Amino acid sequence: MAELHRHDIVIVGGGAAGLRAAIAAVKARPGSSVALVSKVYPMRSHTVSAEGGAAAVARADDNLEMHGYDTVKGSDFLGDQDVIQAFVEEAPRELTQLEHWGCPWSRNEDGTVATRAFGGMTTKRTWYAADKVGFHLLHTLFQTSMQYGDIVRYDEVFVSKLLMDGNECRGVAGLDVRTGEMMGVLGRAVILATGGAGKVWPFTTNGNIKTGDGMALAYREGVPMKDMEFVQYHPTGLPGTGILITEATRGEGGHLINSEGERFLITRDYGVGTKAELGPRDMISRAEVQEIEAGRGIDSQYGQHVHLDLTHLGEEKIMKRLPMVRELSKIYAGVDPVYEPIPIRPVVHYMMGGVDVDIDGFADGVDGLLAAGEVACVSLNGANRLGSNSLTECLVFGARSGVKAVEYAKGTSDGDDAALARMGEEEQARIDALRGKQGGGEKIAAIRTDMQSAMESGCGVYREEASMQQTVRDIAALKQRFEGVTLEDKSKVFNTEIIAYLELENMLDVAESVSSSAASRNESRGAHTRKDATARDDVNWLHHTLCYYDPAGPRLDKKDVTLGRWEPEERKY
Amino acid sequence: MAEMLIKKFVVTRFDPDQDDVPRTETYEVPCHPDWKVLDGLNHIKDEIDPTLAHRWSCRMAVCGSCGMNVNGEPTLTCKKAVRDLPDTIEVTPLSNFPVVRDLVVELEGFMDKLKSVKPWIIRAKEKAVEEGPTRQSPEELEEFKQFSMCINCMLCYAACPVVANEPEFIGPAAIALGHRYSIDSRDEGAAERNEIFRGEGTVFSCSYANECSEVCPKNVDPAAAVNQAKFNAVIDWATGLVLPRGGKE
Repeated sequence: MAELHRHDIVIVGGGAAGLRAAIAAVKARPGSSVALVSKVYPMRSHTVSAEGGAAAVARADDNLEMHGYDTVKGSDFLGDQDVIQAFVEEAPRELTQLEHWGCPWSRNEDGTVATRAFGGMTTKRTWYAADKVGFHLLHTLFQTSMQYGDIVRYDEVFVSKLLMDGNECRGVAGLDVRTGEMMGVLGRAVILATGGAGKVWPFTTNGNIKTGDGMALAYREGVPMKDMEFVQYHPTGLPGTGILITEATRGEGGHLINSEGERFLITRDYGVGTKAELGPRDMISRAEVQEIEAGRGIDSQYGQHVHLDLTHLGEEKIMKRLPMVRELSKIYAGVDPVYEPIPIRPVVHYMMGGVDVDIDGFADGVDGLLAAGEVACVSLNGANRLGSNSLTECLVFGARSGVKAVEYAKGTSDGDDAALARMGEEEQARIDALRGKQGGGEKIAAIRTDMQSAMESGCGVYREEASMQQTVRDIAALKQRFEGVTLEDKSKVFNTEIIAYLELENMLDVAESVSSSAASRNESRGAHTRKDATARDDVNWLHHTLCYYDPAGPRLDKKDVTLGRWEPEERKY
Repeated sequence: MAEMLIKKFVVTRFDPDQDDVPRTETYEVPCHPDWKVLDGLNHIKDEIDPTLAHRWSCRMAVCGSCGMNVNGEPTLTCKKAVRDLPDTIEVTPLSNFPVVRDLVVELEGFMDKLKSVKPWIIRAKEKAVEEGPTRQSPEELEEFKQFSMCINCMLCYAACPVVANEPEFIGPAAIALGHRYSIDSRDEGAAERNEIFRGEGTVFSCSYANECSEVCPKNVDPAAAVNQAKFNAVIDWATGLVLPRGGKE
């Protein structure tokens, strides 16, 4: 291996969670050396695409208890209530911190931070910067991070393996995309902050980089994936591209309309009650699918969709609060929402599941490994996440994991450099062998497409036994086919074919854990909705799912949910 | 199924492991009429030639990865529709940057330039979180908001005639972002940045060509930021000459 770089801690991923962790780490222990390794320049991270806002109690008519209860209920009682308690308490501090760092939050006339309504939230508690909240949050964090010399960035370095010393994670092996050389980035603790895995599905809001890398890295080292069956379909994606149209459109008063011109969330019973368009995402996505299946969808070249109508909001409000929605609708759907409804349909958006971590971010089963943000499952979101809780989650649990990682690093010694270097050499040999790899003629794009359609058919909005089992078999077969991939690019410099190969390898592991976890849960809860087991079953299934890697096929287990003040009750709005 | 548009993509290829100079390769791409230029490049990568190297991610014009020259114009390829282009679509790497490979350019220089303008809130004393959010009126927000919209896509550097002649010029985006903090009501670092802006290769190198604002896909208007930053840097300097202690309280 070309080079070993030693730091106190290593963070993988430069989005909101990773950047927040890095800043928290150097502020908690000044002088700590923090490596920030990312496969893209941090400002390209997918946090940039978040639109609608970040939740934290801010108004006099709101309180922590209400935010807590909304989150518990939204999770369909699968969220851990100690985690939710800590989250709602720390949320206002974190958004205030971002304010102090210059985030351009939208303002009320009196200069206080403005908040808007969001799905499943009892009152207006979603802080926003027009409809570019993720973009502003990411750039504020990234620019703020530049003043800390102790944060050492490794941009465009693709982490392909965790470096283990026995059961302790001591760093990462990374491929420098620009040179094709491997490097070892060593630390006494490693935080995964690589985000989600939307690209496992064909139709997603997620950018091309969301390939579940951190999930797969941890999974292969024996860390269980938790609650992977819970995949959030966002109710409003543009047909064709899957580009996100923010929930803030409904927070600002937008309506969902079927082909008969009905506001179907009002005229029919989908369980959202008077919340209507401000119901939680899982319920609204199901309602849209049911409308389409009942023949009340609207035809297009991209299949059936329904309409999101903003025309009654008026140009001034749209330009002030939702300028990006207008821009996106015009460029990517050819409609101007000031005058016409926007075609939308449910789209894969967010992974409730991920690396099983405790409240401080420490991963289950491997020492010195932490995770925060979408890659992690700290069990804030349970079976269904509420919109605008995830950006705040990145900040709250990113900051926590950064502080905890430097504390952990202080109390432990360096790993065995020689052993880590040997492990790095082996990884180097594996990657080197991929350049121009002779295989059985299988193509990356073909396997990827087949994986995506298998996941859509078995792990979509509605699921049933036969199709889930078929997807489990399909993914196992695709992992076999993957062995036969042939690679054509023999160059070392910026070999994106190898990156696509490594990403596909990661996605297949994520797909395996999602489909196996889904097939195991014989009830409907939150985003996991079975046509053949329609009720929630608290007697048998009020627990988390754990999925462990095994070369012979995944092994499943259960873990208790941490309840608290709120007992499970029927989830009706 | 919509009728496909057949487009000829003429793409710059350069692999430093094999090529001494850039070459071009031509691909015939059947394009769905809704496709953007990026979709065409992804089709080439997935179906025709997996050795093509280009950066992309969000495909919704906000991550800033996929800037390239399209028929000579600095362009976000995920935003430019193929149907608005002639039958031949020439894609080359952004001008004024060293090329790493194919359509991928070197961004390290920009990262250093961005850091040099101190793009973060500077305060004499850091505000404690316990003090709660700062009040900022909608008008104060409006002052800098436009300049905070920069997605670092680098189109303005590719368009800038000064960057072309003077590669060390810190350039439109970095100036806009430094200036954005200086005029934020929460910031106290304008004097520091004004000093930076009075240095060589910064705002006074700008020749008012306005190309940056013309190509900006987010209407940031960096040229306006450069002009304002120039003005503030001069005023600040002049005030320092006239008033004791540089006009600082």
